[in-house]
Amino acid sequence: MENLFLRGSEALALGAIDASVKFYAGYPITPQNDIPEFLSRELPKVGGKFVQAESEVAAINMLLGASACGIRVMTSSSSPGISLMQEGISYLAGSELPAVIVNVMRWGPGLGGIGASQGDYHQATKGGGHGDYFVPVFAPYSAQEMYDLIVKAFDVADEYRTPTMLLVDVMISLMKERVIRRYQKGKNVKKKSWAFGSIKEGEQKIIKSLYLKGNDLEKHNWKLYEKYKTMCKKEVMYESYMCDDAEIVLVGFGMVARIGKSAIDIARERNIKAGLFRPISLVPFPEKELEAISEKCKNFLVVEMNTGQMIHDIQRVLGKDINIAFYGKPSSYAPTPEELFSKIKEQIKR
Amino acid sequence: MKAVYKKPDVLKNVNFHFCPGCQHGLAHKIIAEAIDNFGIGDRSIAVIGVGCGVFLYDYFDVDSLEAPHGRGLAVATGVKRARPERIVFTYQGDGDLASIGLAETVHAANRGENVSVFFINNTVYGMTGGQMAPTTLLGQITTTSPYGREFQREGYPIRMAEMLATLEGVAFSARVALCTPKQLMEAKKAVKKAFQMQIEGLGFSFVEILSACPTNWNMQPLEAIKRVEDEMIPFFPLGIFKERRVSDVL
Repeated sequence: MENLFLRGSEALALGAIDASVKFYAGYPITPQNDIPEFLSRELPKVGGKFVQAESEVAAINMLLGASACGIRVMTSSSSPGISLMQEGISYLAGSELPAVIVNVMRWGPGLGGIGASQGDYHQATKGGGHGDYFVPVFAPYSAQEMYDLIVKAFDVADEYRTPTMLLVDVMISLMKERVIRRYQKGKNVKKKSWAFGSIKEGEQKIIKSLYLKGNDLEKHNWKLYEKYKTMCKKEVMYESYMCDDAEIVLVGFGMVARIGKSAIDIARERNIKAGLFRPISLVPFPEKELEAISEKCKNFLVVEMNTGQMIHDIQRVLGKDINIAFYGKPSSYAPTPEELFSKIKEQIKR
Repeated sequence: MKAVYKKPDVLKNVNFHFCPGCQHGLAHKIIAEAIDNFGIGDRSIAVIGVGCGVFLYDYFDVDSLEAPHGRGLAVATGVKRARPERIVFTYQGDGDLASIGLAETVHAANRGENVSVFFINNTVYGMTGGQMAPTTLLGQITTTSPYGREFQREGYPIRMAEMLATLEGVAFSARVALCTPKQLMEAKKAVKKAFQMQIEGLGFSFVEILSACPTNWNMQPLEAIKRVEDEMIPFFPLGIFKERRVSDVL
């Protein structure tokens, strides 16, 4: 296990290589260009292919083709580019093809801005493309998690034959910190019997998302739903920090949770019983775990770098009897720990 | 008894769903014959676009992948990069290849992706019911050009085979038709040549096939064939626009 000092984006790209990614296609967009730059240099050294596509639309469809051949594939982009990829993500889901998509979020709507944002929570977790499907989504909050979760994303993508997304804060992507390279290279890579091999093996293989006959489509959609239900049982990830005796719990994902942790430490130094709950898997959402905390603690503060998106999931899970406040920062300026601490104090007084 | 004519081996024993007089069936058959000729049925992967040709996998016994509308050549790029040992071909209509997928088509061609493309040009959107296509001829009435296509309003039809021939990455570009025995012979040669180019690793090969669509042209099959000869071929001339030789790339 190597001990490294890496930027989040480098940790992610290195994790992808350790997870045996063999194909990357993408299109330049700020602020995620260091990922394709790293992979264009490193992928050919490990027998992988790198293609700079003519657009995000083409990139995601190149993934569809390469994934059908049974190799591990990924792309990365930022919000406007992810919008363009949604068609392809829907087709990947419908065709049951594994792929990993990294969204280093920036501002929207439209051209928005290139600063830190969490504006794509809804798009990532509630579908994005057309049709009835779920994409598993993971939100890293450190360089180490950039490494760990990209590996996890490849495993989940293969296990469920589904596109899988990493929803990344730009600050996590650009921050440099310690990373332990702890994954045994290519550990969970298995041969995919459904994929195109180097020659036709027995029966013709057809990979498609069109179902016109009888109730084939209904069966197909229920099958996709069953995969989601299984994920809900097996793939939930979260972190609960000092929630056991907490009288107030801050909920945030990614960068917000990282800053939130410092705010909790400030509160604890002042004997305020505050805790932090951090969903790591946004889909499947850690519903039961959040609910369990609400049995003791009735006071929640949801913080997001948007005008309020994840809060809808929190309200859905916790119901009306719980006191839920929201603090949003729909700007490129992340909240400071002191700022969050003052919000915690306000919420306690209510 | 000696067989003088038989169904290509790579085609399944299934009837085509195509309308009477439609030339998709003929196009399927000559592609199948070329696959048999090279004995590459086991190595081929078909990438199929959205349109009347989408059910190609019901007729061809080859591994098949369905591409989103227009994205055939991006998908084929992914397949070929992942499995360079396979023979990859796309089968796409004019709306798919020349309208919504034009960027994917031009860039795959320009990268010289070593794949073969069979492009069915019948001057209309067939599956959706006869709307105007990028290849619709001037004056042609469709369900969305009810006054006839006019260049000031709808622009000119696109000549794909000539356009792609200008790109360095393209090894072979030809336009063929299927109306007369002579045209059919030329078409068979061009389709074979396209596979040959890929087998030899020479780069992107493209065959535009002019095709009749009696249903959406509101014509009898024989009238439709006459229209291909009298109206389409004068605007979309038949021939080979580019042919790279092995020595060119050495």
